[in-house]
Amino acid sequence: MEALKQELKEKIITILNLEDIQPADINDNDALFGDGLGLDSIDALELIVMLDKDYGIKLSDPKEGRAIFQSIETMAAYITENRTK
Amino acid sequence: MTGKQYISGYCSIENNTVKLNGQEIFNVPDAAFAEFAKQLYRDMETDYPKFFKMDNLSKLSFLAAELLLKDGDNENTALLFANASSSLDTDVKFNDSISDKDNYFPSPAVFVYTLPNICLGEISIKHKLYTENSFFIFDTFNPEFFANYAAVLLNTDKAAKVLCGWVEFLNDEYRAFVYLVSVNGTIEHTPQNIQTLYLS
Repeated sequence: MEALKQELKEKIITILNLEDIQPADINDNDALFGDGLGLDSIDALELIVMLDKDYGIKLSDPKEGRAIFQSIETMAAYITENRTK
Repeated sequence: MTGKQYISGYCSIENNTVKLNGQEIFNVPDAAFAEFAKQLYRDMETDYPKFFKMDNLSKLSFLAAELLLKDGDNENTALLFANASSSLDTDVKFNDSISDKDNYFPSPAVFVYTLPNICLGEISIKHKLYTENSFFIFDTFNPEFFANYAAVLLNTDKAAKVLCGWVEFLNDEYRAFVYLVSVNGTIEHTPQNIQTLYLS
């Protein structure tokens, strides 16, 4: 799980072009949206694509993302439970 | 209000070089556009993290606009931009990302830049402009159009200033020529003067 969390931090920084942010700057329970990393709705769509592309998880309802993308912790837990690759 | 309009400031960005009012102020030799743009952004000490998410056309437009707007009173400043290649540079990248049916993952972050006028939205958000903005496509730089359209905006009180821009980006070739028009200034806003500054 720790390796997956680190992988997710690195992917998020790269895919979402988060300049000046290092993986170590993101705590596992930090909010990814709102006051946390400040991600926006387009970022949320990119994360949905990432789940599909890298972990074989298709979200049929984008509203599911609200709970899944709360933090690195919630993302890692969901991916561990549902990944197909 | 009717009368003459004047160019109060102008800038160009091309070949990794920035000129402001005719004077070279920044240069990064032998760098790709992405690196050049990042260094220019840092040099301008602008705080707008969304810059790094923009496509190349928006980065180019944003930086050129920033040179002229960053220290000014920009209330009621309209945006009038144009180019020849529209958003083709990003359109091609997006198309490449969806051309393989077995690896079909269209990127929302790339897709949102497949319109040329998105760059105007970026500038408007940064400077809190709620003003008229338009992006046109021409075969070549069209000084008569800029002169006429900006004059209409100013003469009908649609705007107090107009930021005009020719911003072109395709296949790593780029050029921005952006200038600010108002009723104050020293260079009269005529097609001939616009063309002269564009070629300078």
